[in-house]
This record gives sequence, C-alpha cells and structure tokens, in this order.
Amino acid sequence: MPSGVLVFGEATEDGKLNPVTAELLGAAQRLGGPITCALLGAGVEGLAQECAGFGAQKVIVVDDPILAEYQGDAYLPPAVRITKEVDPSVVLLPQTMKGRDLAPRLAQRLNTAVAMDCVAIEQQSDKLIAERPAYGGSARARYTFNGSPQIVTVRAKALEPAQARAGAQAEIVKQPAGVTPDQVRTRIIDRRKEKAEGVRLEDAKVVVGGGRGMGGPEAFGQLEELAHILGGAVGASRAVCDLGWYPVAAQVGLTGKIVTPDLYIAVGISGASQHMAGISSVKNIVAINKDPDASIFKASRWAVVGDWKDIMPAFTAKVKELKAS
Amino acid sequence: MPHIICLAKQVPDPETPASQFRVDEAAKRVIPAPGIQPVPSQFDTIGVEGALRIKDKIPDTTITILSLGPDSSRDTIKHCLAMGADEGVHINDPAVNEADHWATAEVLAAAIQKLAPYDLIIAGRQAVDWDMGVVGSTIAEILGVPVITIGKDVQYENGVVRVERVLMDGFETVEAPTPCVVTVSNELGEPRYPQLRQIMLAARKEVKAWTVSDLGIPTPQNRTKLEALFVPETKVETEFIDGDTPQEKAEKLAGRLREAKLI
Repeated sequence: MPSGVLVFGEATEDGKLNPVTAELLGAAQRLGGPITCALLGAGVEGLAQECAGFGAQKVIVVDDPILAEYQGDAYLPPAVRITKEVDPSVVLLPQTMKGRDLAPRLAQRLNTAVAMDCVAIEQQSDKLIAERPAYGGSARARYTFNGSPQIVTVRAKALEPAQARAGAQAEIVKQPAGVTPDQVRTRIIDRRKEKAEGVRLEDAKVVVGGGRGMGGPEAFGQLEELAHILGGAVGASRAVCDLGWYPVAAQVGLTGKIVTPDLYIAVGISGASQHMAGISSVKNIVAINKDPDASIFKASRWAVVGDWKDIMPAFTAKVKELKAS
Repeated sequence: MPHIICLAKQVPDPETPASQFRVDEAAKRVIPAPGIQPVPSQFDTIGVEGALRIKDKIPDTTITILSLGPDSSRDTIKHCLAMGADEGVHINDPAVNEADHWATAEVLAAAIQKLAPYDLIIAGRQAVDWDMGVVGSTIAEILGVPVITIGKDVQYENGVVRVERVLMDGFETVEAPTPCVVTVSNELGEPRYPQLRQIMLAARKEVKAWTVSDLGIPTPQNRTKLEALFVPETKVETEFIDGDTPQEKAEKLAGRLREAKLI
C-alpha cells in the first residue's frame, strides 16, 4: 500500500539547497505520512542534513558526477528506482527547469500521471487534490488522479515553506546513480549564462517591469535607473523579450520567471494573463499605463493612467528624493 | 529525405479579453467567447516554423501536421499546411474528446507510429489552454525515443538533432540522435504567416481523418480527473492616483509607496 510523500529536492547551480525544496517539504508535512526526500546531483551530499531540518525523515542521496549537469536520461533511472523503492502515495517535484523536464517522463515510466505547476495541494480523504492555473492564469483547475503515485510539480513560492528545526535527525542513505553513459542519449555541447548584473530577479524586493508600451529597448535605461535607486531588478514581458528589447533571462511570466517582490512596478505592461502568472502572488503592484482599460489595473493596488514618458522622470526623481531623506 | 511530424492543437484564442473569458463551472470547460474563433496554439505554430526552417535547408523534407480535436481542428491543420507543411492527419473521435494529457499522448503516439518512419517530432512546449506542458515528453517515453524540451533553435543533419535550449539564466546546446522529440518555446521566433498562394496550395493538400480504432489501440482511459474549473477571484482594491499634471501624479504615487513603507 503506497503511503507518505516523496519529495525531489533540488540544489542551485552554486551548490546550495534551492529554497523551493523547503516549500515542497512544508507541503509534505501538511499532507501527512512519512516524508522521504531524494537529492540527485553532484556535490549534493552536504545538503542532506538541511533536508532533515525541514522535516524529511529519510534522505536518499544520489551524489554522482554523471548527474553534474541535468539531463533527463541520466536523472530518470535513479528517480524511477527511488520512487518504486519508497512507494509513496504522493511525489512532489519543483516546477523548475529540471522538475518540468523530469516529472512527465517519471510519470510515464511509472504508468501514472502528473499535474504540473500546482499552486495548492490538499489531501481529501484518500485523494490528493491538485490545483493549478490554466488558460495562462485566467482559470484555475483542480485535479485528482486515477492511479498511483500521484505526481505533482509545485510552482516556486506558491506554498508555505517548512521551518528549519535545528538538530532534527533523519536516516541518510547514499545510493549510486546506477546510470551508464550509454543510457544518456542526449549530449550537452555547450552551456552559457546570460550575464546578470546586480540583484537577481527572483530575490529582488522591488521589481520594475517593462512591457511593449516602453516602445523600444533604449527606454529600459529609465527602468534600470529606478531599479538601481530602489535596490531592485528589472523584469520584462514576453513581448519585450520576443522583440529582442531586453534579455530573455529577465522575462517574467508563465514561460519566464515567477517573481515575488514586495513591490512590482509595471510600466507599459497591459497585463496579459501570461505575464500576470509571473506576479500572481505579489501584493503590491503599481501600474503605469496610458490605456485606462488596461487589465493590469485590475490587479494593481495603485494605478496611474498616463504616458510613462511623462510620469517616470518625475516619479524617479521623487523616489530618489524620498530615499535620500 | 527527413520526415518531421509536428503536433498542433487548436485552442480558444488566448488573446480573448479577460472581460470575455467565461467558464462553465458545471461542464468544467471554457465558454467560447462570442465572435472569437479558436486558433492554433502559438507554441505549436512556432514548432511548425522550426520544422519549416529545416525544410528551407533540406527541401525534400516532409512535414506532417498531426492534430487531435473536434471538427474545427481541421482549420488548425489547414493553417499549418498553408505555412508550408506537406500533409495533415486529423484524429477526430468523440471517444477522446475529453482526453486528458496522458490519453492525448497515448493517442498521438499511436498515430505517430502509424506515420513511421519519422526523424523528428516537434511540439510546442505547452498548449496555451491547459499549460500542462507534458504531451511531448510523454510521447517520447511511450515511443522510447529521446526528448529535448524548450528549444529556441532546432538544427537537423544526418540523423542528429542539435537544439539550443532556454534555461532560466542562459542557454545550452544539446544533441541527440534521431528519431527524437523536441519541444519549442517562443524564443525560436515568430511563426511565418501564410501567403495567399500558400493558402490556395494548402487547399489541395491532403488531410487524413482517423479515429482511435484506425490506430490499432484501445481507447485510452484518462489518468487524471478534472474536478473543478473556475475563474479565480482577484480581490484588489485599486486606487487610481489622480492629479492635474503627470508630475503631480508621479509625486503622489511616490508618496503612497513611502506611506506603505515600500520604498
């Protein structure tokens, strides 16, 4: 009889525990039952204790050089093996680049299904209810599963993280990947980072977002100036990135980054649901838009109807003055 | 001569204004907005664009458009044929009208096997209605072929596909032997728009209509159940900042943010 929750934890590129792991473990605690955390990667062994602190009773570590760079073909065999071994009722993965690639394949290999990008999960009698945005965030859908295990990927920053408890003990088990190079059919030829300066978009307390209404790439200098004064970062709508006005890495939205600043200042952004999906948990949204019917206003706490070209210089100057006082 | 199969789904127009977006909560489906026609899911036409760029380099490439959906899905296939694809297959069967993502993948995989041999299967990273983003990968697993997700550039040569992928903070280039499934993202670029001559040519291109029984598989049963579909409430009270001049509005806004201790 399957029981409990298996969480696939994740490490960041610089070898820390991705905060989404604590969110998954928090969700696992609320679901109930034994919690196992699997950590797959290279150089991840040191993170096992941290997972214990977040409530995992058992941590299965697969620390293997073949997992140094994410490739689905390499991650799948240990992920399938661990899931079969643990025999959980629920499997949680993060909706990250790795999680979104791995989860559907894991589901198929286990003859079950997955609900992706969920923002709420709860246990109702013996069924898991997984709630996720659909139609670019215009709708919400709730799913149950006909098979087992019930696999869910969870959107970052959607769920309450587990609180770290010092001195928590867990059984830590090391396993080999058990993958041979010939099982990995893909080959990474090259990987390059887009240069990010200043505050990371995902960590920023203030994000200044620019949309198609900015009119061109040069206009983003003004947003950068404001972001700099506020110690924040600049984001962009998908349209802006598709037009090549701003780097793809700054894209905020359903197919870009999910951001959770205390303050989001949307400039020249109409509020397409695909963009709103990236700021859905932001409480304080300011919108500056010359179209009084722009849908972004509906989600905004403060709205300014006007041309950003007229508003922004005065706004930036005032912010600078207030910051200095 | 390479054979590329592109998956294309018809969806309610995602540009439908939010004020006209309605859900029938009892039927658990979106009510089509009056006067707004369904459209091909944009990530899928971007996939067709990716295939056409390969065909531009290797002219004897055959591109097959594969779509699962009701009668109107034929329009999506015709659109892709008018973009320059060669033939279409429409799986039109009421038995799978309510197929979930898994059942959809199962049916499409069976159709792909019937269309073999193939070199590449290209799909959008997700359909813009359900945004699940799993059908391409699931098909790859059913067929036992490799998959590369979220591509922005797809190159094919001599049995090898080379895909530039979009990562959170950059890009990577990945190669795999074909046959292979590739899913593509908007970073690939705008899909080409059908020209009048192409639209006329497309009228003569064949669209096969198949049912599940033509595929030699039993009708797959859904693995998930949609329990509810609703429009989430947004409970934000908006203050419109007024003022006689942009300057006044701007300064008032800054003041509000200061009061709220946000700056």
